[in-house]
Amino acid sequence: MGALTHSFITEKLQAKFGDKIGLVEEPYNLLTITFDRSILLDLLNYLYKEDDLGFTFLTDLTGVHFTSPEDILGVVYHLHNLPENVRLRLKTFFPKEDPYIDSATSVFMSANWMERETYDFYGILFKGHPNLKRILNVDDLGYFPLRKEYALEDPTRQDKDDSYFGR
Amino acid sequence: MITTSGQPHKDLEHLDNDHLTTLNLGPTHPATHGVFQNILKMDGERIVDAEPTVGYIHRAFEKIAERRAYYQITTLTDRMNYCSAPINNMGWHMTVEKLAGIELPKRVEYMRIVVMELSRIADHLICNSILGVDTGAFTGFLYIMQSREQIYEIFEEICGARLTTNMGRIGGFERDFNDIAIRKIDAFLEDYPKVLQEFENLFNRNRIFMDRCIGAGAISAERALNYGFTGPNLRAAGVDYDVRVTQPYSSYQDFDFIVPVGINGDTYDRFMVRNVEMWQSLSIIKQAMDKIKKLPRGVFHAEVPEFYLPPKEDVYSQMEALIWHFKIVMGETEIPKGEVYHSIEGANGELGFYLISDGGRTPYRLHFRRPCFIYYQAFPEMVKGQLISDAVVTMSSLNLIAGEMDA
Repeated sequence: MGALTHSFITEKLQAKFGDKIGLVEEPYNLLTITFDRSILLDLLNYLYKEDDLGFTFLTDLTGVHFTSPEDILGVVYHLHNLPENVRLRLKTFFPKEDPYIDSATSVFMSANWMERETYDFYGILFKGHPNLKRILNVDDLGYFPLRKEYALEDPTRQDKDDSYFGR
Repeated sequence: MITTSGQPHKDLEHLDNDHLTTLNLGPTHPATHGVFQNILKMDGERIVDAEPTVGYIHRAFEKIAERRAYYQITTLTDRMNYCSAPINNMGWHMTVEKLAGIELPKRVEYMRIVVMELSRIADHLICNSILGVDTGAFTGFLYIMQSREQIYEIFEEICGARLTTNMGRIGGFERDFNDIAIRKIDAFLEDYPKVLQEFENLFNRNRIFMDRCIGAGAISAERALNYGFTGPNLRAAGVDYDVRVTQPYSSYQDFDFIVPVGINGDTYDRFMVRNVEMWQSLSIIKQAMDKIKKLPRGVFHAEVPEFYLPPKEDVYSQMEALIWHFKIVMGETEIPKGEVYHSIEGANGELGFYLISDGGRTPYRLHFRRPCFIYYQAFPEMVKGQLISDAVVTMSSLNLIAGEMDA
């Protein structure tokens, strides 16, 4: 087994998936790869099953919403190769109007509730999830509260000017 | 509707649904030790299927965090795993320090280790003694409470609070360990080994306890990894993953300790792993106190005026301190843009903080990786085919903290 360096992982993924692999960064020494959502399951399976990659542990899965420059939702995966002790962050983004992505539950059982949580807060629909319903909020909440358009406090209040108190 | 995945127990496959009963274990059942629900499908006393429901005390911490200055988020982390609040506090401080590139003096890191290991002991002793209560042994629980009281008194001496501590700041501690705190830590190190030894004598080879726990709620290492287990529950299944060792933070690399692992991943192994971890924590605290005592006193924070609040008397008398105080309290200090994931070994497992900063006064996005929330979903698979009394001890030994699950 060769050393699992960042450049080794990047080259291997780029060779396999070509232009479906986007931006590669290393913020705070954590390899971060942006990819196209269409290859999610292939990518996770490849990372899981390929002998010299072996990312068999899903540490975290969560959503994120960016409003500028485009209104996009994203899903962020943190994977971990425990024996080699290498972490990897995968990110994918898609328009808010089309919030579909494959479910990772066929690869990682732990993705089950984390995807439900992400759906609960961002309204991201995971195709193939066995039980995609809200988990922390009430079932009839009617909106996805962590999206940026929902202000934390009552937007009709006049006594708090956001420009003084942050966003 | 029962929709949890996994295969039903072999003996139960032929059963039809007609003679099954539905039983609500929770949300306010004494065995849950917190507010979460389990809908069990029972055939007599055997569990056919289970569906856990969480979210009863969801408080939207991730949303609130998007409107709070960095230093104000510490109080939110207190209320996740409230049995070991200081670990969460320190984890959050370290995340912001990683984002801002703040380096701490060694002494502060050792002080943090003392506090974190004390809270790990407080957490584990509650979990293990409550497991005793659930198996009918009330003595251990009552007996060991005095040691938790000792730990809380130490916290009180260090930061003024006991349960939800809000301890420390970004860049260090509010104040140095005073003489009383050091004396109390020394007294605890003196007293606790005897207490823990007696606690182990009560339980470890107790026939009733062993019969209740061995084989209850077992999970294999492979399944545990797939379910995202971390912490003592993963180690009980035989995987030696500990964030303190694999990615040492706060100078854990300077300490000698072993990472205990179990074999079967059942309730008894989880209990034993936690017991050994308490011994290890004691040893770490001893080593850390020795190191602290060798270093000059008075160093309890890093020199980071943009994050660390100046002393109050300077605020009232000096211009510079007043400006910093105002800027910090209003959250106007510069923070780099960036994306950072920091994880620490919480009492329940890998506690992660995923933080996206856009340079504003509040995080753009903050996600807590809560170990409880992730491993609780394995519960149906762990109790399928077992008795309801096994479900109770399994739930107890997983150390499920409702505050952490729901965030």
